[in-house]
Amino acid sequence: MSLPHLFLFVGLPYAAILLFLVGTVQRYRNTGFKVSSLSSQFLEGRALFWGAVPFHFGILVVLLGHLIAFLLPGGTLLWNSSPVRLIVLEVTAFTFGLSTFVGLVALLVRRFTNPRVKMVTTRMDVALELLLLAQVVLGLWIALGYRWGSSWFAADLSPYLMSLFTFDPNITAVSAMPLVIQLHIIGAWLLIAIFPQTRLVHMLVAPLHYLARPYQRVIWNWDRAAIRNPETPWSEMRPKNN
Amino acid sequence: MDIRAQISMVFHLDKCIGCHTCSVACKNIWTDRKGAEYQWWNNVETKPGTGYPGRWEDQEIYKGGWQRDTNGGIQLKGAGKKKGLINIFHNPNFPTVEDYYEPFTYDYLNLVEAPAGDDQPTARPVSLITGEPIDVKMGPNWDDDLGGTPDYARNDPNLEKLSPAEREAMFQLERMAFFYLPRICNHCLNPGCVASCPSGAIYKRGEDGIVLINQKVCRAWRMCVTACPYKKAYYNWYTGKSEKCILCYPRLEAGLAPACMHSCVGRIRYIGVLLYDAERIQAAASAADADLVARHLDMLVDPFDEEVIAAAQKNGVPDSTIKAAQDSPTYRFVKEWRLALPLHPEFRTLPMLFYVPPLLPVVASVREVADEQKKKSLNEISKVWPDNWLYDTSTEELWGTVEQVRFPLQYLASLFSAGDTGAVAARLKKLMAVRIFRRFKTVGDVSEEIMTKVLADTGLTQETAEAIFRLTALAKFNERFVIPPAHREQALEMLEFTGDARGSTGFGFRERPARGL
Repeated sequence: MSLPHLFLFVGLPYAAILLFLVGTVQRYRNTGFKVSSLSSQFLEGRALFWGAVPFHFGILVVLLGHLIAFLLPGGTLLWNSSPVRLIVLEVTAFTFGLSTFVGLVALLVRRFTNPRVKMVTTRMDVALELLLLAQVVLGLWIALGYRWGSSWFAADLSPYLMSLFTFDPNITAVSAMPLVIQLHIIGAWLLIAIFPQTRLVHMLVAPLHYLARPYQRVIWNWDRAAIRNPETPWSEMRPKNN
Repeated sequence: MDIRAQISMVFHLDKCIGCHTCSVACKNIWTDRKGAEYQWWNNVETKPGTGYPGRWEDQEIYKGGWQRDTNGGIQLKGAGKKKGLINIFHNPNFPTVEDYYEPFTYDYLNLVEAPAGDDQPTARPVSLITGEPIDVKMGPNWDDDLGGTPDYARNDPNLEKLSPAEREAMFQLERMAFFYLPRICNHCLNPGCVASCPSGAIYKRGEDGIVLINQKVCRAWRMCVTACPYKKAYYNWYTGKSEKCILCYPRLEAGLAPACMHSCVGRIRYIGVLLYDAERIQAAASAADADLVARHLDMLVDPFDEEVIAAAQKNGVPDSTIKAAQDSPTYRFVKEWRLALPLHPEFRTLPMLFYVPPLLPVVASVREVADEQKKKSLNEISKVWPDNWLYDTSTEELWGTVEQVRFPLQYLASLFSAGDTGAVAARLKKLMAVRIFRRFKTVGDVSEEIMTKVLADTGLTQETAEAIFRLTALAKFNERFVIPPAHREQALEMLEFTGDARGSTGFGFRERPARGL
């Protein structure tokens, strides 16, 4: 346990989480207008399909896999106790990782070659996509070179992450990990740190509530029927508009 | 009964001269901004033509609007909860910039700054997206006045229901005809855009039915663009937000007509309140194709009916709005006189913008007759030219010409009544009857017998015919635009206590609309 390790695996995570929380709240409250997925499909539609679709479905599954292994390490280990199931899990995860990689490369190529898309590309977009690409490449490298990730993640990294959240950081295991894995972990914390300042914020406003609402939406500026009813006090009828 | 009020519009197409003043007024006020250059919340199309974006009426391409499912209900054709969320990363039915046109300007500075040389300097077109010189291949009115006919007018999706012979007849040079179709957002009662918005950013205002997009909640999932069958929701490529016609609600709330209507040179536009029964929306939207127009009109209720007034008051519709509904020019045109029809009712969004069908049939012929005979057939006040030609309107076949309008009825029916030619013919007949009635009164070469028969055939009285003529031809500003007060004083009281507002620095949208990181 050296000072750099303490910085990278304890200081950086806490700083990242703090930046994430404060930054997200700040961004949403002060510049809420800018929280958007910033789709560029209007400017270019075909190449986007070969990038956005494999990338998004890939990263959703990969992210979900990481989350499950972190939250349910016991369950993951139990699943992996049978070699067949372990192979199924690893192959699935790797396939989706590969899909993420292919999609991301396609998106990067599109971003740099299409003159219209270039016009709506910010420096942060480029930085973010390169960081993501590094993360995905490292992830695929780890999956190939350090088997079986799903098991050792659940066994060694979940306790590390959990120790951070219980404010009792334990970095013994993570300090001993190979450099590639350490880089992947550092990349993850960096992504979380810059998250609120990037277009990634659209994840936080994913429209899952759409499933629960009725199709049509009517907003009354104020309840005119209630305003005529002398028995209803005004103060209880403040509209929810905007 | 759930009576609500809706600001509705009527466009009288026979009066539209296609000057695009409405489009320019709208553009100057609302869409002269980065990212919105290509958006025309109001545009005027030549029909037959492919329109803007190209072939927007063809829902096999754009998948807009609703369609009936096997259970008799309706589903969004290209969006909705399932399709919308599955296609959220890439919307396969999303029109891109090529479907509209690449916005451009001209390099005017080159005209004054070009170095001296042998050639006249030119102002090259420059893309407003990339800033690079482009070859302009498309514009918002590329097919104006039938320009480029083989590529545009002949590809009009409404021609599909015509027989090849009818189609050919339309494009014979000596029979060529066209009319203009000004379009804005229809502020529908069953809007596809609202239903398709995953974020729930789009909503219909309860008080006046205006459909708006909350710019702060829009997250660029772009489903509204697909779901609107009229392609009147636009994606701003710079801010990453969808935008649409707001019916100039800041003007409406101040009692002013929307800019497009205010500036209309041909005075074709009418705006007024319609009261409708919200409980009948579902039945109207899911009616069989043949019943669509009838169900749509059934939904609109009589603002003079005591029961309706009581129900409206119970719902909190202010008396001033009910009064506006009684004075509404749109109620007259749409329901009382049944002269106007919705555009493409088969999209099932229940549009609240109605059109008086255009292109009255020609009812006169030019004949060579003896001078004496000509004088006999005209009354004393008629102007007589010293030649033997007579502009003769005395046709024996009163309604024969309706079936022989300049366009096949089927074409107009495809636009305005989901294929029901009877609905279009009935309206054209009424328009003709009013014309014959006025001719009887002012020129006098139509016999009273014919005039009476014509009015009786179409179910009009002389008073109604006179009223239709008045509102069509003579109506002044305040008769064409009957705008109810917005009662913002009540809104303000409800939104905040006046004590809260005292000494504060204002309210509302304080963030500059710029693109995010």
